[in-house]
Amino acid sequence: MQTHQYEAIIVGGGGAGLMAALYASRSVKTAVISKLYPTRSHTGAAQGGIGAALGNLEEDRPEWHAFDTVKGGDYLSDQDAALTLAEEAVSAVIELEHLGLPFDRTPDGRISQRRFGGHTSNFGDKPVRRACHAADRTGHMILQTLYQQCIKNEVTFFDEFQVVDLIRSGDAVVGVIAVNIDDGELHIFHSKAVLFATGGWGRVWEITSNAHSLTGDGNAITYRRGVPMQDMEFFQFHPTGIYKMGILITEGVRGEGGVLINDKGERFMEKYAPHIKDLASRDVVSRAIYLEIEAGRGINGQRYVYLDVTPETVNRYLAEAGEDRRITREYIETKLPDILDFCRTYLGVDPVTEPMPVQPTAHYGMGGIPTDLHGRVVVDAQRTPLPGLYAAGECACVSVHGANRLGTNSLTDLIVFGRRAGKHMAEYCQGADFVALPENPAGEIQEELERLRKADGTRKPYQIREEMRQVMMKHVSVFRTAEGMQEAVETIRRLKDEYANNLHIDDRGKRFNTDLFEAWELGCLLDIAEVTAVSALAREESRGAHSRDDFPKRNDEKWMVHTLAYRAADGGVELNHKKPVDMSLAEKDEKFKPKERVY
Amino acid sequence: MQVTLRIRRFNPEKDQKPYWADYTLDNVEPTDRVLELLHRVKWEQDGTLSFRRSCAHGVCGSDGMRINGMNRLACKVLVNTLGEGDALTIQIEPLLGLRVIKDLIVDMEPFFEHYRSVMPYFVNDDPPPEDGRERLQSPEDRERFDDTTKCILCACCTTSCPSFWANQDYLGPAAIVQAHRFIFDSRDHAAEERLKILAETDGVWRCRTIYNCTMACPREIEVTRAIGEVKLAIARGSVE
Ligand SMILES: Cc1cc2nc3c(=O)[nH]c(=O)nc-3n(C[C@H](O)[C@H](O)[C@H](O)COP(=O)(O)OP(=O)(O)OC[C@H]3O[C@@H](n4cnc5c(N)ncnc54)[C@H](O)[C@@H]3O)c2cc1C
Ligand code: FES
Repeated sequence: MQTHQYEAIIVGGGGAGLMAALYASRSVKTAVISKLYPTRSHTGAAQGGIGAALGNLEEDRPEWHAFDTVKGGDYLSDQDAALTLAEEAVSAVIELEHLGLPFDRTPDGRISQRRFGGHTSNFGDKPVRRACHAADRTGHMILQTLYQQCIKNEVTFFDEFQVVDLIRSGDAVVGVIAVNIDDGELHIFHSKAVLFATGGWGRVWEITSNAHSLTGDGNAITYRRGVPMQDMEFFQFHPTGIYKMGILITEGVRGEGGVLINDKGERFMEKYAPHIKDLASRDVVSRAIYLEIEAGRGINGQRYVYLDVTPETVNRYLAEAGEDRRITREYIETKLPDILDFCRTYLGVDPVTEPMPVQPTAHYGMGGIPTDLHGRVVVDAQRTPLPGLYAAGECACVSVHGANRLGTNSLTDLIVFGRRAGKHMAEYCQGADFVALPENPAGEIQEELERLRKADGTRKPYQIREEMRQVMMKHVSVFRTAEGMQEAVETIRRLKDEYANNLHIDDRGKRFNTDLFEAWELGCLLDIAEVTAVSALAREESRGAHSRDDFPKRNDEKWMVHTLAYRAADGGVELNHKKPVDMSLAEKDEKFKPKERVY
Repeated sequence: MQVTLRIRRFNPEKDQKPYWADYTLDNVEPTDRVLELLHRVKWEQDGTLSFRRSCAHGVCGSDGMRINGMNRLACKVLVNTLGEGDALTIQIEPLLGLRVIKDLIVDMEPFFEHYRSVMPYFVNDDPPPEDGRERLQSPEDRERFDDTTKCILCACCTTSCPSFWANQDYLGPAAIVQAHRFIFDSRDHAAEERLKILAETDGVWRCRTIYNCTMACPREIEVTRAIGEVKLAIARGSVE
């Protein structure tokens, strides 16, 4: 078994991992380990934009951005984190431009910005242009730019290496175990510090915008090694996924003027969010779509509604709203080229002349590995850091996004907190020594992988996975009830048992054994599904993306706390509800105090 | 409908040489993606079938392969674009010109090596604007290189090129596309160096303007045209 030594190990080559790598590698010996070639990370799928109050087209301020973030998060966001995000967003976006990112430009040559859901000026007054974008390929440009800069700076990569375990020795974090996917060999990476940037876990649900690779590996690995998962009950359903396929249609479509329409031809968001309508927060819009569908107003009574961005419709509503702006077919072609391509390819629908059939799709995990503002993983309600362990990006929970993330804030999060984590990690490594590896650090995981490779039961991974995805879609999605969630918990536990005792895989080889890795990833998904359902069942209120029929109101008296879920000794989930939300802005300013959320 | 996937398989761990294997699937929807069919084979019939994939909607570049003789992303090809009727056979092979690791998975290292050799990164060592803001660029200057920013490094173009099949030292269309993206960016300062690299023996002059790359690109980049622009810039000694 090969052992490598790097001061800093970064697991994941998406936006967060690469940003951290650029910073860490400036001063300490750093390696990035990624199960995908970095340019294939799902950051590349991000479409609409990255939020920053540049004010290039109209007045904007970081404090308005912070306010929108806190309100969008239904007051569960840590306010110090929201402010950090909003303030540092500006320099983060400028830094990306300096690194060569080809943003769209305004006529005077500045970075172009557009509207996005929940982003407003003057503390909720009216929609503001804050989303910096490169057509509808913003994530692609970010990922490419960061990867290019990593090449320029000769960052070391281990591509197509899958990290499967974290090595701890006493209180210290001393490295990770990874498998070289190509030949199946295990490698030990001995380090002073480890950063997880493994992205999301949308594959827990049946309909999702997430890549097949988004299986929450980092969250599951750290959870199994004693780190809690925070706020996992908050998982965002994006309102507009392509019907049945889940492929995302960016909120930028509505930012450009697109509207949601029900079977009666009504622009129904006027009813649910009279003020900013189709640009309300995602949780609000997703619930509205569900309610329309439940009331029989889905298109032809089916489980979808229309998203209409044809110039005819958009211009009619713009005129009605008294706005001067009008859009043309050509404008849509240049601003949303990929969306048009998806619809034409997969649906045979041309969005410049026809509406798109959409339904909510599992999209983004607000929760994750708890960290402080430096990306340090914190393991309890008192926010005690675990030295040497870091997390950033979607797998982490700072918590900026609280109970519901605003569009464009994830890309901002990757850059702002990826940068912070990379810097802090480098400083930490400079002041720390290597701690000796424990004896046979790979023993446990090697045994588990061998078990999977030889698994000879009767249930194939995909059968277990599909059952999990369906039950989570049915009971732990946009609307939830105690009975439903209870059923989900029981189903997941039964599936975990089958996974442990009755699994079957076909490929017994070493080389590029994707059968084996899919099975291992299923184990991660099951842990995450269980934590999500258990955390959701315990939170007896409705807040942000967590909406319960049996507890329809937000309860600030009791629930202004984060959920911490630990893995119990018996393998079950242990919850802690003692970590209060940071309210530092509300202490100085009335406006940041929790109030009813209307859009 | 019924679809038979005829797949070129090879696992050097146990096979002497590559072979064709047929898998028949019932209840295929004409709008299914080829990637979904591959998944069905893997999940329902034979878990040893190996291929790469991630995003499943044509943006990550993982699943380039030869489908009925054309380089395509499996997630971007719908069954109904390959034929009609109650029964259909689809032939699937790994990309040509790169070593097969297993089944549809090829060794991407030589491809990425060529990519890295053209300085595929932004170079501008001038201090950024004093106001701490972005460098300015007009929409027209931005438009100049828009097409080549779309590349997802799937290798469909390079591995469809007869010149590359003949000589794998040829940098190939993808690397040239990546270089083009920076050469024509008004903010970048290393165009000259890149043009020098591309003017060498294994650079642009190996391109015979066959257009396979343009046909193959799943992002609809006008690859041949980009290569032509680079050739012209080399010939003229300027990017104007
Ligand atoms: C379709 C879509 C559109 C979106 N649009 C926007 C938008 O417009 N604006 C916005 O702000 N946000 C958007 N988001 C959200 C945002 O894109 C993601 O939250 C963000 O890109 C996640 O980045 P990341 O760096 O955390 O992870 P990712 O980019 O997902 O990268 C994860 C990395 O971890 C690696 N990895 C995972 N597991 C392992 C393992 N076990 N071993 C080794 N490596 C591993 C992978 O190889 C990969 O490199 C969108 C999301 C989707 C799905
Ligand atoms: S799976 Fe990403 S391009 Fe096909």
